[in-house]
Amino acid sequence: MLRIAIPILVFGALFAASCSSDLPQSSLNPRSVEAGRIDQLWSLVLWISVAVFVVVETALVYAIVRFRKRPGDEDEPKQVHGNTRLEIAWTIVPALILAFVAVPTMVTLSELRSPAEGDFLRVEVIGHQWWWEFRYPDIIDSEGRPLTTANEMHIPAGMTTELQMTSVDVIHSFWVPSLSGKRDVVPGRETYLKITPDADVAGQMIPGQCAEYCGLAHADMRFRVYVDSDDTFDTWTAAQLEPSPIPSSDPAAAGYETFTQLCTTCHQANVVGPGGSSEVIGAALGPDLTHFGSRSTIGAGIEENTAEHLAEWIADPASVKPMTPELNDIGAGRILGMPDYGLDERQIAELVSLLEGWK
Amino acid sequence: MTASNEDLGYTPSTKGLWSWITTIDHKRIGILYAVSSLVFFIVGGLEALLIRTQLATPNGTVLSADAYNQLFTMHGLTMVFAVIMPIAAAFQNYFIPLMIGARDVAFPRLNAFAYWLFLFSVLLLTSSFFLGGSPDGAWVGYAPLSTQIQEYVRMDYYSIGAQLLGFASLAGSINFVATIFTMRAPGMTLMRMPVFVWMTVVSSFLLIFSLPVIGVGLWQIFIDRNLGGLFYEAQAAGDPLLWQHLFWIFGHPEVYVLILPAFGIVSEILPVFSRKPLFGYSFVVFSGIAIGFLGFGVWAHHMFTAGMGPVAEAGFGLATMLIAIPTGVKIFNWIGTMWGGRLTFSAPMLFTIGFIAMFLIGGISGVTHAVVPANTQQHDSYYVVAHFHYVLFGGAVFGYVAGAYYWFPKWTGRMMSETIGKWNFWIMFIGFNLTFAPQHILGLDGMPRRTYRYADGMGWDVWNLMSTVGAFLIALSFLFFIYNLIASYRNGKVAGNDPWDGRTLEWSTTSPPPVHNFDEIPVVHHLDDFWYRKYGVDEEGRSVKLTAEQAGKPDVVVEEHGIHMPSPSFYPIVASAGIATLGAGLVFISSGPIGFGVLGVGAVVTLWGVVGWAAEPATREAH
Repeated sequence: MLRIAIPILVFGALFAASCSSDLPQSSLNPRSVEAGRIDQLWSLVLWISVAVFVVVETALVYAIVRFRKRPGDEDEPKQVHGNTRLEIAWTIVPALILAFVAVPTMVTLSELRSPAEGDFLRVEVIGHQWWWEFRYPDIIDSEGRPLTTANEMHIPAGMTTELQMTSVDVIHSFWVPSLSGKRDVVPGRETYLKITPDADVAGQMIPGQCAEYCGLAHADMRFRVYVDSDDTFDTWTAAQLEPSPIPSSDPAAAGYETFTQLCTTCHQANVVGPGGSSEVIGAALGPDLTHFGSRSTIGAGIEENTAEHLAEWIADPASVKPMTPELNDIGAGRILGMPDYGLDERQIAELVSLLEGWK
Repeated sequence: MTASNEDLGYTPSTKGLWSWITTIDHKRIGILYAVSSLVFFIVGGLEALLIRTQLATPNGTVLSADAYNQLFTMHGLTMVFAVIMPIAAAFQNYFIPLMIGARDVAFPRLNAFAYWLFLFSVLLLTSSFFLGGSPDGAWVGYAPLSTQIQEYVRMDYYSIGAQLLGFASLAGSINFVATIFTMRAPGMTLMRMPVFVWMTVVSSFLLIFSLPVIGVGLWQIFIDRNLGGLFYEAQAAGDPLLWQHLFWIFGHPEVYVLILPAFGIVSEILPVFSRKPLFGYSFVVFSGIAIGFLGFGVWAHHMFTAGMGPVAEAGFGLATMLIAIPTGVKIFNWIGTMWGGRLTFSAPMLFTIGFIAMFLIGGISGVTHAVVPANTQQHDSYYVVAHFHYVLFGGAVFGYVAGAYYWFPKWTGRMMSETIGKWNFWIMFIGFNLTFAPQHILGLDGMPRRTYRYADGMGWDVWNLMSTVGAFLIALSFLFFIYNLIASYRNGKVAGNDPWDGRTLEWSTTSPPPVHNFDEIPVVHHLDDFWYRKYGVDEEGRSVKLTAEQAGKPDVVVEEHGIHMPSPSFYPIVASAGIATLGAGLVFISSGPIGFGVLGVGAVVTLWGVVGWAAEPATREAH
């Protein structure tokens, strides 16, 4: 009985789970056209699988019960060597079932893999160990620089976004189960993924994370997708395109001094002084920090972005998220973590004041 | 005619360490494989328990990310290369010659060489825990992650360790193919071979054709890491995806290498405990061969998210669906074997039924992977982890444990305890399902594999905790198993030659069999020849026990020149130790003098082993 009960319980639980709303990262909780199509196909396959499972396991259990040796049962069974007709039948039936599954599989595949059409937003996704860079090539500032952010992506609801993805180091995989199947992010190649969030999910945050093992902090390479209404999206892009101010009063001003001496080795920011024109400082090896204060997390989705968390991070990054900055080779572009610069508490507080002020 | 020791030409000692080191008896080598496999199963199992302990709760802090990554990589490598492959080799070594009526394998010294090279390679790989850190790039070793950090030797252990294990498997496979094709008893045509022998033919050919492919890839990884090869360096126009193709052209057939011998074992056990012949023998055999061929055409279903074109994806998806057909045929034929039988549920049969019930689940979830769009959600998630554990644990491990209970009496002359066997089965069955069934849900709910921690609030906590509890139940069930092995070896009920009323030739000789296996080589007239020496068939098609008179004397080969067995040799262990030492030198090649020093020692020892081997006569002069 257990043999039947366990799988039934499991499948029951599976469905219970699929109906729950507390599964932010579930493929069974689709919130886009693409994830919805995959989910439909999955449901079909699941039901066929359950049917096959029940039929075959029932036959097995029936055979166990019906043909068990009973006390006093000394007759030898009939020596049957096979039955060609029967065997041909149970070769053909699975083939037919599979053909039945293959058709919608191919249809859905070609739908999902076809290029985006009509009006769509383009976003470039760049995988780094262990964070995500997002660039919007068609959303540019007055200098022609594309909107660039890290670890959280905003996209409009009810419209297709086409992701054009590559990696600067090893293979990663972009996975937001509620929005789409995953797609690998491969150095030296471009891969594409399209996402059309349902109109009614505007305002939701949908989490995702790297799905291809990419080394030490693979588990901590998370990100968030914010699905915005058109208005919210426009407001967000406008704000992100603005340079951040070079502060004129302490503690942020002192923090800016430290920032230009240390942080810009790897991080970039688009800044503007009082009355001056904007300029981009630093190197684009780590996340762009121009609007760091506006982001919801630090460390690629692993902690909420608060002043305390940021202070802990700057004091000892590797204690928050595993990293090996001792293996960095900046000349070769190999960045495996943020070093601990041994800053004192005052310096840290100044940097926190600067970065949290850059909304 | 009874063989006396004199007939053997030379009587090998069977006592003491030296006799094990120099043995070339396929049965003793089989036992060496089995014991090694069990020891490494404990190692791999402890790795799994650490992994599950870390994942019992969100944001686990039992292990560091670095330790976790090494442990899950080593868990995979250990279980595939040091547990399942050798336990299959253990059964194959011990029983192939017995099942085909041969006195040994075709190349007894090569057989010993394969075992020792396997053992030393695993020891080299395991020594990484203490010397320089273990591989941490997953068992798939995807480039360019595996070539990225040359400061550590970790992935050098991977490329060299897997390479050497490949050599060992290749030697073993060639030996099995040669043995099965050339050394069968008279009358044993191919279609009279036990299914286990057939599945060994298929899995051996799979290894022979697939190992060279990954061998090339592993050298490329090694060259990229140590000699600036740039094969997989995207910035130098190398191609990271090439490695994935090479790996999976090996890696997918490898899955069948792990499972096909288990298919063979359950195909032997079911008829015995159903007291009926295997239903549709030729369907089972040909579906196994079909799986072997198709197994080479589905590798890219491991790469449905890698960015191939939709046509390639469709093709590999369809091929993958196709492979479900011969696999399904086997399951139906197994149930057909039980149908109408008179089933008894001794431990081997319990594990066999467990195998069918759970392999079915793994097979069905495998078909869902072929549905390419659904695959893009399942890939690299816990759903996949659940799937392949249903295949390789619910399937393969249950099959091999069934084999252990089935053949233990032949190995030792004693029965394993049925009572402990039943505890063993039920705890393992429940523990296994508790561990891996929830992982289907975890994967669909978005939990990626190979993650050392996960956030709370994802809805994953309960399933992970269940899974961890289940893992400890599995561990408990193996304590029962190991206790049963040891206690039964010491005090088990005496088995006799044929405790299960078996059908195949290994049951016709003594338990344990003599060095030369059979006093007289049988002449084979039927599939399940041994059964038909014991039973006839009446008009209704039922088996009827033959009287001694009816049975008469079995048909045997008359040997005029006595029995000649090859002599023990220590050159195989020397040659394999030399090659493993060469491997160790290569691992540390980047550290200069040490690496070259070890390499030099390895070269000298290898040369000694190979030359000594070549110069040694196969059979020592008897008189």
